[in-house]
Amino acid sequence: MTLPAMVIRVKQKRIAELISHGKRLDERELNEYRGIQLEVGVIERAEGSARVRLGKTEVMVGVKIEAGEPFPDVPNEGVLTVNAELVPLASPTFEPGPPDENSIELARIVDRGIRESKAIALEKLCITPHKKVFVVFVDIYVLNHDGNLIDASALASLAALLNTKMFNYEVKGDEVVVKPGYTQLPVVNYPIAVTFAKINDKIVVDPWLEEEQAMDARLTMTMDKDSKVCAVQKGGYGYFSKEQILEAAKIAKEKSEQLRKMLVKG
Amino acid sequence: MVKKSSEKAQKTEKKEEKLISKDDVRVDGRKLNDLRPMKLEVGILSNADGSAYIEQGKNKILAAVYGPKELHPKHLALPDRALLHCRYHMAPFSVQERKSPAPSRREIELSKVIREALEPSIFVEYYPRTSIDLFIEVLQADGGTRCAGITVASLALADAGIPMRDLVSASAAGKVEGHLVLDLTDTEDKAGEADLPLAYMPNFNAITLLQMDGKLTPDEFEQAVNMAVEGCKQIYTQQKEALKAKYVVKEAVEE
Amino acid sequence: MSTFYEKRQLVLPGDLLAEGDYIAGDNTYKEGDKIYATRIGLVDYDNRKIYVVALKSFYIPAVGDTVIGRIIEVGMSSWTVDINAPYLATLRAADVLDRSFKPRKDELPSIFDVNELIIAKIVSYDRTCDPLLTVREPGMGKISRGQIIEITPTKIPRVIGRKGSMVNMIKEETGCQITIGQNGLVLINGRTPEDERIAIMAVRKIEEEAHTSGLTDRITEMIRRKKEEE
Repeated sequence: MTLPAMVIRVKQKRIAELISHGKRLDERELNEYRGIQLEVGVIERAEGSARVRLGKTEVMVGVKIEAGEPFPDVPNEGVLTVNAELVPLASPTFEPGPPDENSIELARIVDRGIRESKAIALEKLCITPHKKVFVVFVDIYVLNHDGNLIDASALASLAALLNTKMFNYEVKGDEVVVKPGYTQLPVVNYPIAVTFAKINDKIVVDPWLEEEQAMDARLTMTMDKDSKVCAVQKGGYGYFSKEQILEAAKIAKEKSEQLRKMLVKG
Repeated sequence: MVKKSSEKAQKTEKKEEKLISKDDVRVDGRKLNDLRPMKLEVGILSNADGSAYIEQGKNKILAAVYGPKELHPKHLALPDRALLHCRYHMAPFSVQERKSPAPSRREIELSKVIREALEPSIFVEYYPRTSIDLFIEVLQADGGTRCAGITVASLALADAGIPMRDLVSASAAGKVEGHLVLDLTDTEDKAGEADLPLAYMPNFNAITLLQMDGKLTPDEFEQAVNMAVEGCKQIYTQQKEALKAKYVVKEAVEE
Repeated sequence: MSTFYEKRQLVLPGDLLAEGDYIAGDNTYKEGDKIYATRIGLVDYDNRKIYVVALKSFYIPAVGDTVIGRIIEVGMSSWTVDINAPYLATLRAADVLDRSFKPRKDELPSIFDVNELIIAKIVSYDRTCDPLLTVREPGMGKISRGQIIEITPTKIPRVIGRKGSMVNMIKEETGCQITIGQNGLVLINGRTPEDERIAIMAVRKIEEEAHTSGLTDRITEMIRRKKEEE
C-alpha cells in the first residue's frame, strides 16, 4: 500500500520532531536496533546461506564456491566477489534491470567490509598456484526493503560465509575433481556494519524506511573483531559534522560488538 | 578483474623500496602532511556553461557543467528542486593498464558519492523541474581522483553561475607504513594500510563525503579525519584563488 | 554588526559578507546572522541590504521582460520557444491569431517556423509552470533581419544605461536599430554591415567593462573613432 505524498510528508515531519526530543516513532531508543532474526543454511543448493530479518527488512545471502583462475598478481589467493540485487518484489521503488547505483553501492560497501578486514583467509583457498583457486561468490538478495539494507546485508553475508562449506577435491592433471566431504570456509575475522541516519541534526542507529525518507544523510561504519574501523561510507544528500562522525564511531564500536555476538560466541 | 592485477603487481615490486624514509620523507619528497602541488584553472571550455581543470601531482582532471535546464521527460523531474546528475568517468588512457570505456562499478559508485558530496552546496530548490549535469573526466589518474574531481567540479559549478552555499573541497588522508599521511598517490594507496577520502564545506563545518577502506584503530580514524579536514581547508584557499584569478582581470580594468 | 568587504569588491560563493542585522539581497543568503555570497560578483550595499552583482549568471524569466527567443518546436496550438533560460517558454496560437482556437493544420509553421527568431514579452511565470509569451505589443514578432549577439544577462542594464542613455547613444552614433532582450540577447539592425559591426563592438565592450565608471563617454569616443576609420 502506498500512501499519497502529502501523508508521507506529514509523517516525516512527525518523525523529525520526535527525534529532536530523543524519541523515535517506533518507540526505539536512538541507539537501538530493531529485532533481528537470523537463520543459516536456508538454501541447500548453495555452499553457504543465511537469511536476516532486521525489523521488516529481509535479506537473503547465498554463497557459491567454484574453482576458477586467480588474479595473475596474487596467484596463491582465492577470489572474493560480492554482488547485490534489489529485486523488484522487495519494494515498489525497485525496477527490474541491470544493477543501478544503489545496488552497486550496497555490494561494494559489504565487499569492503569483508575484504579490508581480511575476514576470509584467501591464501588458504589456493588449489594449484597460478592455475586454480576457489572463487567465493557472495550474492545478496534483498527480499523486502524496510530500511537499512546495508546492515542487514552485511550481517547476512557474514553469517552465510560462516555457514559455507567448500567441497573436498583432488587435482588430477588439469582437472579439479570433487571428492566426498567438506571443509569449512576459513573465516578469521568478523566485520560488522553499523549504519546511522542524521535527522534534525541528531543521529539514530538502524533507520527504518520512513526514517530513511526523512533523513539528511547516512553513515555506515564497519568494524572488525578488534574494533578496528575497516570501512566507512557516507551516503545521502546532506552532511555530518566532524563531531557527529566521531560520536558515531564510538557508538559503532559498541553496537558492532553487540551484533557480532549473534554470530560468534565469545 | 584486470584492474586488480596491476594493483598487486606494483605491491610486489615496491616491497624492497620503502615509501617513507626514516626521517618521514615520502618518495616524492613530501612531508607526511603535505599536499601535492596543485594547479587550478577556471572557465577553459567554451561550450559548457561552467568548467574547470585541475592538475594535482600526476592527476589531470576536467570538470564541466551544463544547466540548469529543463528536464525531459517531465515525469523524471522533481517538482520542487533541480536534479543533479553526475558522471565520473576515467579515460581509457588515464591508467597504467588501458581501462575499458564502459562505466565500471567503481565509476558508478563514485558518480553517486561525488554527486552526494556536491549537492548540499547547491541551492537546488531555486530551480524546480530542471537538471544540472556535471561531467568529471579523469584524463590521467594517480590516486585521490574522486577528491580532485570534487574540488574541480565545485569550481565548474561556480563558473556556471549556479548559486552555492559554499565551495566544496576534498582531500584524502591514509596510513602508509604505519604513518598517517595526507593526499596519497596511487602507489601509496595500493601499498598502504588505509585510505580515507573526505569532502568538506568550511562554512558549515560539514563533511559531505566520507569513505574509508583499510584498517584503522578508532584513534587513528579520528586523526585521519582531522588530517583530511585540514587538507581540505588548504585546498579551499587555492580554489578561491583560482576563481579570483579568472575574474579579477575584469575588475582591474577600473583605473 | 560588521561587513567584511568594500563596495564593489570581488566576492566568491561562500564568502562571508557580513554579520549582524543585515538583509540578504540578490545573490546572497542568510544563515543565522551571517550573510554569504552565492555567486561570483561584486558586492554592494543599499542601506542594510547587502547584494552581489553577479559576474556570471544565467537568465531567470520575469513577468514583463522583453526577450528574444528561438522557436524550437511547433505544436498543435502553440510554439515552444528557447529564451536562453533554464525553462522553455510557450507562445500560444491564440495570442497571434484573431480567432482563438483550432488553427488549420499548416498555419502555425507559416507564422513562425522552427529556428526562427522572435521578439516577445513574458506575460506569466511562476515556480510551477513554464513562462508564457505574448507578441501582441508593437515591435514584437518575427525577426527577419539583423544580427543577434549574446551577452551575460546581468550586464543588460548597463547596455541600456540610465533611462536608456547608453543604448540611445549607440543608436544615434551608429544609426542602428537596437532591440534589447532582458535574456541577454541583443538585436542590431544597421543600414550597413559596418555600422552593425561598430554597434556590436560597442555592446561587447560594455559587457567587459560594465562595472567601470565613465563608460558612456568612452564608448561614444570609441564609436566615433571607428567611424572615422571607415
